[in-house]
Parts: sequence; structure tokens; C-alpha cells
Amino acid sequence: MTDVEVREVVEPPKADVPMLEIRNITKMFGSVISLSDISTTVRAGQVTCVLGDNGAGKSTLIKILSGVYQPDSGQLLVDGRPARFSTPRDALDAGIATVFQDLAVVPLMAVWRNFFLGSEPTRGWGPFKRFDAGQAKKVTRKELADMGIDIRDPDQPVGTLSGGERQSVAIARAVHFGARLLILDEPTSALGVKQAGVVLKYIVQARDRGLGVIFITHNPHHAYPVGDRFLLLKRGRSLGDFAKSEISLAELTRLMAGGAELEALAHELERGSGDVGDVGRELLEDTETLG
Amino acid sequence: MTAATARVDERVAHVGVLRRLLLKPELGALVGVIVIFVFFAAQSDVFRSWNGAANWLDVSSALGLMAVPVALLMIGGHFDLSAGVQTATAGLATGIMTTYWGLQLYASWAVSLALMLTIGFINGFLVTRTGLPSFIITLGMFLGLQGLNLGVTKQVTNQVQVSNIDLVPGYHALNNILASTVTIGGAKFPIAIIWWVGFTVLGSYLLLKTRFGNWIFATGGDANASKNVGVRTGRTTIALFMMVSFMAWFVGNTQLIRFTSIQAQSGIGQELYYIAAAVIGGCLLTGGFGSVVGASLGALIFGMTEVGIVNVGWNSDWFKLFVGVMLLLAVLANQFTRRLAEQSRR
Repeated sequence: MTDVEVREVVEPPKADVPMLEIRNITKMFGSVISLSDISTTVRAGQVTCVLGDNGAGKSTLIKILSGVYQPDSGQLLVDGRPARFSTPRDALDAGIATVFQDLAVVPLMAVWRNFFLGSEPTRGWGPFKRFDAGQAKKVTRKELADMGIDIRDPDQPVGTLSGGERQSVAIARAVHFGARLLILDEPTSALGVKQAGVVLKYIVQARDRGLGVIFITHNPHHAYPVGDRFLLLKRGRSLGDFAKSEISLAELTRLMAGGAELEALAHELERGSGDVGDVGRELLEDTETLG
Repeated sequence: MTAATARVDERVAHVGVLRRLLLKPELGALVGVIVIFVFFAAQSDVFRSWNGAANWLDVSSALGLMAVPVALLMIGGHFDLSAGVQTATAGLATGIMTTYWGLQLYASWAVSLALMLTIGFINGFLVTRTGLPSFIITLGMFLGLQGLNLGVTKQVTNQVQVSNIDLVPGYHALNNILASTVTIGGAKFPIAIIWWVGFTVLGSYLLLKTRFGNWIFATGGDANASKNVGVRTGRTTIALFMMVSFMAWFVGNTQLIRFTSIQAQSGIGQELYYIAAAVIGGCLLTGGFGSVVGASLGALIFGMTEVGIVNVGWNSDWFKLFVGVMLLLAVLANQFTRRLAEQSRR
């Protein structure tokens, strides 16, 4: 009810209103609490990193933001207005595009065919309507160039691109089709060091173009250099939602690694004798230097 | 850093020329057509005469017409083992309706079309809904239709064939459309050859120049990824099966009109030749890659070989050995192409 009333009030979003605000989201599957009381914000031209280990609830959060699941309680606010995504289409209409890990690209198809897959531009009318290949190639080349990728030949199959380039095709596609806010699901996890660096560069580029970015990862070393805000998840709960000024890389790493638990483990190991004790002492020193 | 990247890119672009040529799916079939033509033409003046050409083009067209939709279906990621038997079903349906039930020829022709499109729809619907391999679904359709063809034909005609279609009013008009001949250089070229070329052009246009064609590649290449970006993979699959059935209707009725009779058992085993032609033409068995023109060239290879072996005076028993070797070579070449296409520079 209130949703409708609020939407009817036409007010331009203020500059300080976040593009997307997540307020106290909770999601349960039967008796399992998958996400509990999660909050964070994403602003235009900023990167919000969601960090967490396996089973932390990152996937559930993405699926709520992309309209696959609906939260059991809590609110999503788009440009300060409450929003409800019943289907992935709703999220896309609100300008929120998710680039999933499988990237939704077909390896054997040419780059330009992939770029417009599902939203092909057509020319002509009725039965003579044809896929406007010239336009598609031109736009593909331009959009990729804007991301800093010089595509040598839009005709080459996506399968011949490197992992990082494939990511960039998927990201450029989302941007071209009207995304204001990109959700990137572990874009660096399957990549080597150099390719991961390439993808981080694209994230920065998207940010600099004024897009909001949610960057899901389990690697604080990837998150910290590009992130403006960090949401840490663990077993469905928030360990904190920090601005960059509030947290250091070392502390981020310590929280990620399980902080207190790791210390306890170190003490336990230290009590043992010989080699095991040495390992424990080293581990303790490590945790101290980190946090 | 940027300089190094640029240098690497240049090197890749250089290799890309060869790679791009090899990635043309129809290249292998085109080379095959040229080699086989030169081989037989050099040894037989019958083969290279107008009459010879009319002969091998005729044989090729019967196969090639069906190879067009079968190739599209294969690029879309599926098989239709019932394609051969469906041609018989289509011809028998028209034949029985006209000669035994007294239905007007064009009406029968139309009812036969409706029947075939229904069969195609059932194939596609079952494949998309159950998620079972199309191999199994259409194997069921293959066996079922084989039984139906024989059962109904025997029941109605007490024979295993339907004949005398030429006595039905309107036969000659339909004969002009489907089975007349065009005389070039003193040789009679069946009009089916023109239909074959026409459908090849149409199929190729559909595949390469339309949104639907993009969806065919995508559905066969990665159905799940395609679905995620809004491709209607289910509809695409059903449409492809219906295209195969449409062509079975066209080919089956052409045979009925041309030979004025059709056997209840005809078409059985032909489906494998359609698939072989598509594979020789560069279609991957796993879908997502291939060419309609290639499939027609594959059919041309079959036709030229079948006729050429007779023209040069060899025993035609060896024909299938040749086809088998050809098919294996084509599959090996395809495998190589696919590796090249999917190779990542990671």
C-alpha cells in the first residue's frame, strides 16, 4: 500500500540519496536462516563490496537483489523509494543488472552475436525483419572500447577471449542495456592474478562512469583497492558494514579469516608441544600482525 | 604494460586469419565437393555431361531438402530420428485421403501439412518439457510412425503402398509445382533442384541474418545461458522440430506426386543420411555450430558420389564404405574446429 503512495510522489532523487539501500533484510528457507538483518548502501559512482566465505549468504543476497528471491522481512530502497522485485525483470527495469558467474555467454558464438543475444536489434518489417548485424558489430565494438577493451574482431567466438575479456563483454552488455547498478558475482574467483587485475580495472572504469557496483568476492585483496564500502557476511549474519575510512586491509583480512576464532585456534595449537606448538606460535604471530 | 598488450594482440590478430578461415563450418564440405567433382568428372564424360549433372543433382536434392532443416535443428542442439519416416507419413496421408477417402487433392495436401506440423510440435514439446535427449524422444516417434504408416496403410488399402495418385483430379497442377522438369542443355532437371536451392538460401538467411537464427545458435550452444538473457529456447526448439516436419511434408508429397505411389516402408533409414550430410557440412553433433549451405554441400557430396560410382563403372556396393569414411573424416575435422573455436587464451 505504502509502496504505491510513495511512488506517486514525483520527487527527483537527491544527490545524497543512495542508489540502492538494503534495510534489515532477512531471508529464511524453511527453518534455515539464510540471511539475517543485513543492511548496506550502494551509491552512484561507488563500489560496495560484499565479502564472505562459502555459505555466508552472498548468493542469497544477490538473488534477492536481482529479483530471483523475495526477502521475508526488511526493505529495498531504490533512489530512496521502497521497491519490490517480484521477478528478475523488475530488477532489470529498475536498472539493476546481475552478471552471474556463468556470464550468460555462448562460447561458440561471435562476440557481437553474444552481445545482443536476447535483445537483437532488427531492421525491416514483418517477415522481412532481419538482425541488424552492421549496427550490432558497431555498438559492440564501441561499448567494449568504452570499457577500455580493443576488440580485434567482433566476429571471433567468445570462447577465444580470455577470462577477463569475457567478463568485460558481459559487463559491457549489462551497461549497454541500461544498467545503472551492476552486481558482479565473484568475477575474479576463477581467474589468474593478471586477469583478475584486468577485471578490477573494469570495475573501476564502470565506477568512474557513474555506475553503482556491488562486487561480490571472498578475496579482501581484490575488494580493498576498488571498494568504497565493505559489507562482511558470515553464516548469514553481518559482521559489519564499513566505509573505507573505517577499516584497513589488515582488519578486513582478519575479519574475513575469522579473527577471534583463528586466535583461539592458534592458542590451542600453541599449547601442544614440538612442531604443532611452533605452528601455533606462527599462526598467533600472523593473526597479531594482521589485526 | 600497454605496449606489451598491444604487441600480443597483434600476434593474435595475425593467427586469426587462418583461424577464421578454418572456422567457416562449410569449408570442409566445399573442399570435398570440389575434390569429388574433379575426381569423377576426370574419369567419366557421362558424369560431366548435362544429363549426368541432372542425375546427380536430382539424387542430391532429395537428400538436400531434408538436410536443410535437419542442419538447423542440429545447430539448435537436437536430432530428429523420425525425419525419414515422417516423409512417408506425409505422402501416405495425402495418398490415402485422396485415393481412398475421396478428399480433394489440395485439401488433402493441406490436411497432411497440418498433421505433419502436429507431429513436429509433439516432438519439440516433449523434448522441451521433459528435458530428455531428443535422441530418445524422436526414436520413439520413429518407431511409432513406422508402425502407424504400415498399420494404417494395410488397414485401408490391404496393400503396403498407396498408388494411382495420378488419377486424382488436380494431379497435373500439383505435379507442375512439385515434380516437373526444366530442360537445360538437352537434359531434364527436376524442379526439386530449384526448390532445394531456394530452401537452402532461405534456411541460410534465417540462420545468419535473423533474430531467430541467433536464437538457434544460442539454444544449441548453451541453452541455460541463453535463457538467462531472455532467449525463448523452448519456442525455438519447437519451431525447429516443426520445420523438419514441414520439410518432411514437402519431400514426402513430392515423392508421392513424382512416382504416383508411395511405399508404407519408405523413408526408413534416410534420417541417418540427413544427419550425415549435416555433419559433413560442418554441423557439430553437440549443437551451437554449423551451416545450412554446408549441409546442402554435404548432400551434394552424397549425390555426386552415388551417381559417380556408377558412372565410372564401379560396383555401387562400395558406396556406403565411401560415405562412412567421408563421415568419419568430417567429424574429425569438426572436432578440431571446435577445439580451435573454444580455445581460450587465458
